[in-house]
Amino acid sequence: MAKITFIQHNGTEQTVDGIPGMTVMEAAIKNMVPGIDADCGGACACATCHVYVEAEWLDKVGKRAAMEEDMLDFAFDVKDSSRLSCQIKISDAINGLRVRVPEKQF
Amino acid sequence: MSEVISTDAVIIGAGPCGLFAVFELGLLDIKCHVVDILDRAGGQCAELYPEKPIYDIPALPIVTGAELTQRLLDQAKPFHPQFHFNQMVTELIKHGDTDFELRTDGGIIFRSKIVVIAAGGGSFQPKKPPIPGIDAYEGTSVFYSVKKMETFRGKDILIVGGGDSALDWTNNLAPIANSMTLLHRRDEFRAAPDSVKKMRELVAAGKMQLKLGQVTGLTGADGVLSSVQVKGNDGAAFDIQANTLLPFFGLTMKLGPVANWGLNLDENLIPVDTEKFESSTPGIFAIGDINHYPGKLKLILSGFHEAALLAQQAFRYINPGQRLLFQYTTSSTNLQKKLGVA
Repeated sequence: MAKITFIQHNGTEQTVDGIPGMTVMEAAIKNMVPGIDADCGGACACATCHVYVEAEWLDKVGKRAAMEEDMLDFAFDVKDSSRLSCQIKISDAINGLRVRVPEKQF
Repeated sequence: MSEVISTDAVIIGAGPCGLFAVFELGLLDIKCHVVDILDRAGGQCAELYPEKPIYDIPALPIVTGAELTQRLLDQAKPFHPQFHFNQMVTELIKHGDTDFELRTDGGIIFRSKIVVIAAGGGSFQPKKPPIPGIDAYEGTSVFYSVKKMETFRGKDILIVGGGDSALDWTNNLAPIANSMTLLHRRDEFRAAPDSVKKMRELVAAGKMQLKLGQVTGLTGADGVLSSVQVKGNDGAAFDIQANTLLPFFGLTMKLGPVANWGLNLDENLIPVDTEKFESSTPGIFAIGDINHYPGKLKLILSGFHEAALLAQQAFRYINPGQRLLFQYTTSSTNLQKKLGVA
């Protein structure tokens, strides 16, 4: 089990249990974390599960894949820390991960 | 006055469930018109994952969204469905039992005996970027689609995005605009290579500008935009002079007008029974991702089953008092004739 904390735009924090093998998006949906829409259900086809990975975790979650980079064109206010949470696989290595949820997935 | 199209059934949504409903209704001699907001059939299979494999369609171990759509179109072909693309059904009015009126935003009017709502997650609509104050400019300076190119003649246009829509409209509108700027967050484009090449040629010829960065704010008055504030990729802020802004950030699903049709809704879904898949209004059916019932699974295969069952009840409404004979396509000459194989 890996703990993942979602930080809302207003600062509210919610920590959920992530099962290794699942994606961060799936952990969010399963626990009804607000602000993660995931319209396409994890196909990397909609950019509505956009999160900002906290600086200290950036290296551990790895780099964006090419397809993810393309999809981020459809997100708003993309930063260096931007990731699509459906493309981050949960493992023990990211136990404690902290990500920020944008104000709106739009 | 628009001409009124009279038909047995109007299907709202040309996704997999809508297409299979054409087939099932067709076997029972029910003629269909199909309306979809996209410019082609397939729904989410066409818009979200045309090239991604689907693994849980019975008897097709692997099929892409595009291929599944094509197969369903082929299967429905003997029944000559008439498609109306780029249309959103905005009004649905019940005049009587088996008498519904539907109107689209493109001015089409239908009179139909039954209605099938197969609208999935709702209608695909352009994403509106959450730029502060953008609402005040929508329809006057900010547009999410191009309906008539002439509207944009002589304008100072800023297009934002890096996909096919952004590139196509940059290239098409640059010759008639007073000035054209394309803004994208990176110097790579997820668009047809030809369009990207053409855009770069326009830039090289001094006919437009390409800027890298993201919009942060808008300046203008009385709904008329004068400049757009941008944070450049190097972190520096700058302004782009523009009186017209076209953001192309892809599409998102919104329930849309379905909410206004007087149907009982449960969290944006249409509750139906599991015998007929009928909504709270007799004669209006709902199948696929947009309906809800105990045990509902949002799977394409469930929608296929729902289509078959709704067709039975649709037949009873359209042919009152007539007995419905249950037949198999493998053995019924009657069905095979309809399919054009006997």
